[in-house]
Amino acid sequence: MAELSSNLLLIAFVIYLIATLFFGGAIRQKKGMDESHYKNKVTLSAKIGITLTIIGFIVHIGYFITRWIAAGHAPVSNMFEFITFFSLMVVGAFILIYFLYHTPVLGVFALPIVLILIGYASMFSRDITPLIPPLRSIWLPLHVMTTAAGQAILAISFIAGLIYLIKTVNQAEATRKRFSLELIMYFITVVIGFIVITSTFSFMNYEAQFEWVNKEGELSTIDYALPALVGPNEGTLLTASKMEPLVELPANFNTSRVNTVIWSFIAGTIIYILVRLITRKRISQMVQPLVSKINGNLLDEISYRSVLIGFPIFTLGGLVFAMIWAQIAWTRFWAWDPKEVWALITWFFYAAFLHLRLSRGWHGEKSAWLAVIGFGIIMFNLIFVNLVIAGLHSYV
Amino acid sequence: MNKVKCECGHVNPHGTVLCEACGNILDEKARQGKLLDMRYEGSARRSQTYNKTIIDRIWNFFSSVKVGVILIVITLIATAIGSILPQVSTLGQLPVPAHQYYEENYGWFGKLYYFFGFHDTYGSWWYLLLIASIGVSLVICSLDRAIPLYKALKNQRVKRNTNFLNRQRLYNKAENVEIDFTTLKEKLKKKHYNVHIDNGNLLAEKGRFSRWGPYVNHIGLIIFLIGCMLRFVPGFYINEFLWIKEGETLAIPGTDKQYYLTNHEFIFEVYDESDGEVFRNAIEEKGMIAKNFQTNVTLYSAEQSLPGEEPELEKIKDYEIQVNKPLKIDGYALYQSSYRLNEIASMTFALTNKETGESYGNITIDLNNPQKKYDLGNGYGVELLDYFPNFQMKDGVPSTASQDPLNPAFAFKMVTPDRPEGERSFAAIQQTIEVTENKYKMEFQTAEMVNYSGLTVRLDNTLPVIAIGGVIFLIGLAQGSFWQHRRIWIKTEKGGCHIAGHTNKNWYGFHKEIEKILSDTNIPIPIDQKTEKNQEKE
Ligand code: HEM
Repeated sequence: MAELSSNLLLIAFVIYLIATLFFGGAIRQKKGMDESHYKNKVTLSAKIGITLTIIGFIVHIGYFITRWIAAGHAPVSNMFEFITFFSLMVVGAFILIYFLYHTPVLGVFALPIVLILIGYASMFSRDITPLIPPLRSIWLPLHVMTTAAGQAILAISFIAGLIYLIKTVNQAEATRKRFSLELIMYFITVVIGFIVITSTFSFMNYEAQFEWVNKEGELSTIDYALPALVGPNEGTLLTASKMEPLVELPANFNTSRVNTVIWSFIAGTIIYILVRLITRKRISQMVQPLVSKINGNLLDEISYRSVLIGFPIFTLGGLVFAMIWAQIAWTRFWAWDPKEVWALITWFFYAAFLHLRLSRGWHGEKSAWLAVIGFGIIMFNLIFVNLVIAGLHSYV
Repeated sequence: MNKVKCECGHVNPHGTVLCEACGNILDEKARQGKLLDMRYEGSARRSQTYNKTIIDRIWNFFSSVKVGVILIVITLIATAIGSILPQVSTLGQLPVPAHQYYEENYGWFGKLYYFFGFHDTYGSWWYLLLIASIGVSLVICSLDRAIPLYKALKNQRVKRNTNFLNRQRLYNKAENVEIDFTTLKEKLKKKHYNVHIDNGNLLAEKGRFSRWGPYVNHIGLIIFLIGCMLRFVPGFYINEFLWIKEGETLAIPGTDKQYYLTNHEFIFEVYDESDGEVFRNAIEEKGMIAKNFQTNVTLYSAEQSLPGEEPELEKIKDYEIQVNKPLKIDGYALYQSSYRLNEIASMTFALTNKETGESYGNITIDLNNPQKKYDLGNGYGVELLDYFPNFQMKDGVPSTASQDPLNPAFAFKMVTPDRPEGERSFAAIQQTIEVTENKYKMEFQTAEMVNYSGLTVRLDNTLPVIAIGGVIFLIGLAQGSFWQHRRIWIKTEKGGCHIAGHTNKNWYGFHKEIEKILSDTNIPIPIDQKTEKNQEKE
């Protein structure tokens, strides 16, 4: 069952990949994308794209169900499972928005982000882990799945906002906006760099173990899956003929993770430079023609609408269900755990977003930037807070 | 204050921008604009009208959404800074003063962090003040708008002033059209509009209740915040901790000795092969994975007893307390929070003749309740001179590092018929120290181990209030987010017609809906005047 589950995920991945190409085709035909936004004709290519996406979605659900059966509990209990479920929800949210607004261009961006997410998830341990006592609760699936659903809808808001910015930010002038937008593209490339570098060394079965002195002054060991650029405090390499670290970090760092981050940036930067050299364009400039035809007001509305749908669902899952569960499992509904704190920050942020939009009239470009930043906070919580600041939620 | 009478006859409160009934523009500035600001229906808001007394000023300050957003953003930033370093409340018992701890562990940054009070961000007075200001702002802001908005929406008439219609974002007009109101009404009804027709004028409206969404959710938030504040009211909140070992019966702290608890057994389980093949990799990778923490208990209620008297216990129920499965009684909840495994409960020694090995009887020392004297009969006995639960030698003197029996040690005096004044010996685990050459010794026999269960005892009467606040908040949130307030006006005049539409959000979808409704009619489709404007700019 566990194996079937992995295969289904792989199949879903391939289907999404093909669907992306069809959505791309739908844009290329430039039919039905004109400004008259009330009479959008859906092209054949887009129809195939959305059909494939739905098939992929069903297969992806198949992955989820089979893994659930194999594990005996809802597969949302570690980093791999959470991100694969989150990516499933992003597809679901995309399908929902697609049928509300008929926008193939959204697929051209949403599906690659889903592909990156699945790739990212696969870099974590794929073992089925048994649940420790606090996690053995009906609130685990309720809380995690609802939060993921809310965040996925907010991800659509990010995607619509991003497309809006790619469309409107002037590429001819060197402005701060142009730079910031390109920076987002660069960060996305770094995530791709992470996937590339991690899977390369994992394919080569690279493994190095160090002995080191931890914060409490005790001897401990740490495993590296990538060659050590930074080494642990007073570390000695235990595995023969592997790279010795260039620098040593103090004991309060998880050096293996810092090392991975550095590698991701190196790989991402190389990929980014290669793309720039080959195309002789900034990435945002390169994709701009793809989206130039789409109606800005429509994107703005999709982005806002997604926040309006996503924010209540996120509040329900990420705060309300979280509090109920914490009250039952950890004896109090709020403990100022870093993960909780960042869920609260996310919530404050989107509340501010809604107020700015409603009463200050922050529509269009300002609203798009906010949607992008909001999703940045969600990703920060998912990646940085999970991996670096470990609290009750420290998965992995 | 002087009221404003509109030409339609309706009397509006002072400060009204758009007549509540017909929408006529009463304010000179608004008349000059191309589009109307429809956010609060041009109603008379206190904050926009009065600015004299100090109360007016405070009211106006807090009723500004700009101020509200600034407060939210400041709180957001403070919250984020508080997550950079661990908060002092999560650090437990510190070996050194907190300011020193932060400086030693985090250098100059830690020093500054402490200096500015971020080590206790969420418990600090200024953080509470921020939250409280958000609360005040919420209340004032909502009152400032909700009441006038309610009046304006209640008083609105079907027939609208043309000035009102042609300054709507969605607007169009046509000459010489004959409108079939009956079919139009049917079509609008199919889209769930409430349709009012009055003498050639039409008002179609739906989702007005969504306008109350923000106010409902703000009320929910306020109730939630009040619930959080109630914690500081005595009696609403009790938080105690109970260490109870197996076999022990103790009064539950915080209950005034009203309830007693017996710990029959503490169970700690880990995952193994019997849990299935699927977990094998994970277990191998991580070593041991906990599966269950459980305390099997019996709960008793106690009759009032005089001090010093044994209470009379009446069994209420048996229960298995697990993580995620607290024991609840009368508002109290007992949570499985902690445990200590295999602590020494008692130790047994034999008084032995060193030479012959002959034993004169065993003494068992209950470490929680060591006796001064143990009589073995026939003139043999042992006196316990001193007991160190967690023995250590400090500066050459025996002492105890803590009260936990981790490394117990004893100073004995062994009294025998032939040595009536007694011999002294000092016994720790694996080690006996004698001051003088002795004839007898205390030989260690066995130790009995016991598990402790750590239970959190919690009474929290603020929870119902907080829960109600949360539910109201969610309802309001859904109300305001998932629905929109949409209105369509049609006015016939001199054989022609004006049509205008307004929604509080999602104009694209609204525009599309109007277009669908009006298809196959001779009514002109409204034009989005804002988009036109945008396009002019581009
Ligand atoms: C963190 C606390 C807050 C939350 C979660 C919150 C939530 C909301 C939400 C969800 C809306 C509806 C927005 C929309 O439909 O787009 C809203 C509207 C509004 N909020 Fe808040 N709010 C908060 C604090 C405040 C504060 C401090 C103020 C006061 C300045 C305020 C004033 C308003 C106003 C005036 C509206 C618009 C009502 C309308 O135009 O119909 N809110 N709020």
